[in-house]
Amino acid sequence: MTAVGQSVARKEGLGKATGEAKYADDLTFPGTLHGRTIRSTVAHARITGVRLDFDPAGFTVVDHRDIPGSNHIALIEHDQPCLAAGEVRHVAEPILLLAHEDREALRGATVHVDYEPLPVVTDPEASPTTFKEILIEKGSLDKGFAKAEVLVEGTYRTGSQEHVYLEPNGVIAVPEAGGIALYGSLQCPFYVLKALKPVLGAAVANVRVVQTETGGGFGGKEEYPSVIAAHACLLALKSGRPVKIVYDREEDMWATTKRHPCVVRHRTGLTRDGRLVAMDVDVVMDGGAYCTLSPVVLSRGVIHAAGPYRCANTRIRGRATMTHTPPNGAFRGFGAPQTQFAMEVHMDRVAERLGVDPVKLRLKNALKPGDTTATGQKLGDDTSAVAVLRAAVKKSGYNRKRVSLKGTGAGIGLALFYHGSGFTGSGEVMLASTVALETTATGARILVANTEIGQGTRTMLAQIVADALGVPYEQVEVAQPDTSKVPDSGPTVASRTCMVVGGLLEKCAIAMRARLGGMSPSAWHANRGPLRLEQRYEAAATRQWDDATYRGDAYATFAWGCDVAEVSVDPVTYAARVVKFTAVQEFGRPIHPAMARGQIEGGSAQGIGWALMEHVVLKDGAMHNAQLTNYIIPTTLDTPPMDVIMLENPFGGGPFGAKGLGELPIDGPAPAIVNAIRHAGLDVRSIPALPEVLHASPPLDPPPPARAG
Amino acid sequence: MRTALSAFHLHRPRSLTDALRVMREEPATVPLAGCTDVFVALNAGTPPGTHYLDLTPLGGLARIAEKDGVLSIGALATYTAIIKSRLVRQQLPMLVAAAREVGGAQIQNRGTLGGNVANASPAGDTLPVLAVAEAVVVLRSAADGERRVPFTSFYTGYRASVRHPDELIVALEFPPVEGKQWFRKVGTRAAQAISKVMMAGVRSSRPRLALGSVAATVVRLPRAEAALAGGASIDEAVRILSGEITPIDDIRSTAEYRLAVAGNLLRAYWRDTAVTVLKSD
Ligand SMILES: Cc1cc2nc3c(=O)[nH]c(=O)nc-3n(C[C@H](O)[C@H](O)[C@H](O)COP(=O)(O)OP(=O)(O)OC[C@H]3O[C@@H](n4cnc5c(N)ncnc54)[C@H](O)[C@@H]3O)c2cc1C
Repeated sequence: MTAVGQSVARKEGLGKATGEAKYADDLTFPGTLHGRTIRSTVAHARITGVRLDFDPAGFTVVDHRDIPGSNHIALIEHDQPCLAAGEVRHVAEPILLLAHEDREALRGATVHVDYEPLPVVTDPEASPTTFKEILIEKGSLDKGFAKAEVLVEGTYRTGSQEHVYLEPNGVIAVPEAGGIALYGSLQCPFYVLKALKPVLGAAVANVRVVQTETGGGFGGKEEYPSVIAAHACLLALKSGRPVKIVYDREEDMWATTKRHPCVVRHRTGLTRDGRLVAMDVDVVMDGGAYCTLSPVVLSRGVIHAAGPYRCANTRIRGRATMTHTPPNGAFRGFGAPQTQFAMEVHMDRVAERLGVDPVKLRLKNALKPGDTTATGQKLGDDTSAVAVLRAAVKKSGYNRKRVSLKGTGAGIGLALFYHGSGFTGSGEVMLASTVALETTATGARILVANTEIGQGTRTMLAQIVADALGVPYEQVEVAQPDTSKVPDSGPTVASRTCMVVGGLLEKCAIAMRARLGGMSPSAWHANRGPLRLEQRYEAAATRQWDDATYRGDAYATFAWGCDVAEVSVDPVTYAARVVKFTAVQEFGRPIHPAMARGQIEGGSAQGIGWALMEHVVLKDGAMHNAQLTNYIIPTTLDTPPMDVIMLENPFGGGPFGAKGLGELPIDGPAPAIVNAIRHAGLDVRSIPALPEVLHASPPLDPPPPARAG
Repeated sequence: MRTALSAFHLHRPRSLTDALRVMREEPATVPLAGCTDVFVALNAGTPPGTHYLDLTPLGGLARIAEKDGVLSIGALATYTAIIKSRLVRQQLPMLVAAAREVGGAQIQNRGTLGGNVANASPAGDTLPVLAVAEAVVVLRSAADGERRVPFTSFYTGYRASVRHPDELIVALEFPPVEGKQWFRKVGTRAAQAISKVMMAGVRSSRPRLALGSVAATVVRLPRAEAALAGGASIDEAVRILSGEITPIDDIRSTAEYRLAVAGNLLRAYWRDTAVTVLKSD
């Protein structure tokens, strides 16, 4: 029996269900100290003094002067210090590190920091500092607008979002012969390794990074673990003992990355019969205090900003700017949910202006095989915009409900969206990922740096290898990611693990099968000794990308989705509630249908939260509601019954036809919900669409039904 | 956990008398019932004290009983016990409705009515119910024995009450409630949310109304009540209500929203309770 296409038992399922799985905080090493981070309490200031108000006996204290290497967290730019030296640019910026054997003593220590305040920037649109600017141009905007018979403009805003992974950030740095081992809850072991080396410098010969069982990431453990890992290593280096740092929920929410807030302006020209002829899009993202991943978040955001539509004359301008708030970072969707929210809400306003049905408008303009995107990427046969749209309309009863719900205080809305699989542009070429496969006494072992963070990586990769190698799924195991043992197969991000890493493993397994010549891997292992094969990424000759002009094939391919939300607005409380949700998504082929469905349901729930309730309240540059009591995410009672339909359209460039799925489901819910609220009679153009926002929103014409009374 | 617990004192009393003695001898003692409020403070590193008194051994304080028409709910009665109690369901369905909306199952199993009252948060979900039910708070101390305070005069300001530092709440007493009872909580999501506004109401010839989360303490609405009793229109009553409350902007909502929703709740109460009144005419 083949494994691909079956919902086989998860590799780590039993361990998690029985509590045997070991998360960072479950690990103990003899002599472990606990670490704590002293952070700034002001948004922008010069540090004029640091005073320890405790007896230092038994404490290890580290500040920027203890860094043996360079004081920066290596990412795109080197602007973020590992520990503030002289100036802080945001609240919760790390200044000092403490370690002690006893958690209570550690907690009890107080440190006093004196500041001289500096001017604070909180408005990303007014920021004088730009981290990155991107321009995408196709055709001629002037010619396009000259042809336009109808012009529609609009401004759309999306809020920040906290990842709320179940397990907060946590690591343990353990001194070992010849260096340091860093164990932790993280998505990208080699990113952490790359960040630790410059900080530790020549002082530490060998550094290795080991991923422990990880309770969720959603992008929040893409770049941030480099910071906490560097801190733990510095304390371990100074004390010579293992140091564990585990944030509590409040510190995790207060100090670590969030989704980039975003403002998108659209100016759109159409013919009277609803053909898009000109699209001018302006995107501003709030990067927070340091650059971190903002340039690439912006990149994915702008590339998706024109939505899954055909338009000969398009200009997309984007910039990510600096504000004095904790740095924003990777979060499922990586900029695309923000820009596609704007596009899809704008499309319903365009339809309204033209007096046409939103579905007809989309059908007229949706990308088809052979069309080109804003970057000029020519789309292949696996382009499913029309298919997902038609299926979603049919399954949800959209057309019927569009009529029957009118004027009832309820509404139905949809969103059409797409998501590029894998790294943008030449990203995969530059990564040059390598995977390895080796025989074992019982079968085969996968060696990759990609991590299981709850999404099912181990299971899915083992399914692919099992079928490609021709062995039962149970005989394939997956090595724990340890940078001293596994090759760098790239980060676990960007909806790339299945399509790119799975694809490399499929090739590797096929090569191994040929080498085994009919022998099983375990038999080979017993008779001829261990066999290990590697497979390295090779650029597809047909893919072209120019980073300077932002033209070409932005992604290997795209996954497609159409979400339909049915919403009721409570006349007493103004709360919008999603009562029914339909998600139709095409991502090539599901390797593991149950897990794929889980991704879609979970991503949709996360999108519902982002749309309706998740509200990062900033006050003086700090998250004011950094607890789950007041940062509200949906519970099962806020999550409606979901109809999930997975359309198959196998992609030749992915293993067994698979494309990326991880991020796609978060792109659609917010615009579908806001469009449903619009259908219910309220003009909302920003999220979260809190009851307070709905209460203050202007009613549309015809007016919504009378409120309570 | 941001609080160093090992430095704290915890007393486990053998009896109510023993507990009251501790309260007298160590006036800064913090009683613990379900600990669901206290734990939040401990976790955040803002402990309410260093001396704690565990009330859970005092099982007698969890009794729910009726005597001469007066329903008595022990301070230690949990939400789960209240939801399950036939007596409470019959006599105070609005309290059951409020109890069902508190936290989730875990909180309902541990959290107590006495804790909700003593904690004195303006967002305490049972408090509007207690206000319209015209409950009586039964307090006891070693020095003064037992005394009874009408719930509507129990609070003196934000998180402040007439309870003396050495007193424990032992029970809440409820005289029979005439008329149709009504409760509605408006939170930030369908469940597990702190209230942004909640209203309890009793519809009878003497309508009674109370709102939570719109002022420093739970408030009765005497002027709106009087207007409705006098036959004023609901529009008029809503207008009057707007002058009776002083909601604020905070982390969870805005004053403007709370004011609007309070008015909507009043209309909803009036509409939902109308049927019974018409029938009994
Ligand atoms: C996750 C979560 C969700 C929650 N949801 C809600 C909600 O939806 N609605 C709501 O109203 N509340 C909610 N709460 C708050 C809390 O659960 C309630 O206020 C509960 O009723 C408190 O009861 P307790 O027995 O746990 O009080 P404790 O925490 O034990 O005590 C609370 C306070 O009252 C004092 N105290 C307790 N008993 C007595 C007594 N007999 N005499 C004198 N003083 C006493 C204590 O000293 C303390 O100051 C929630 C709490 C949590 C953690």
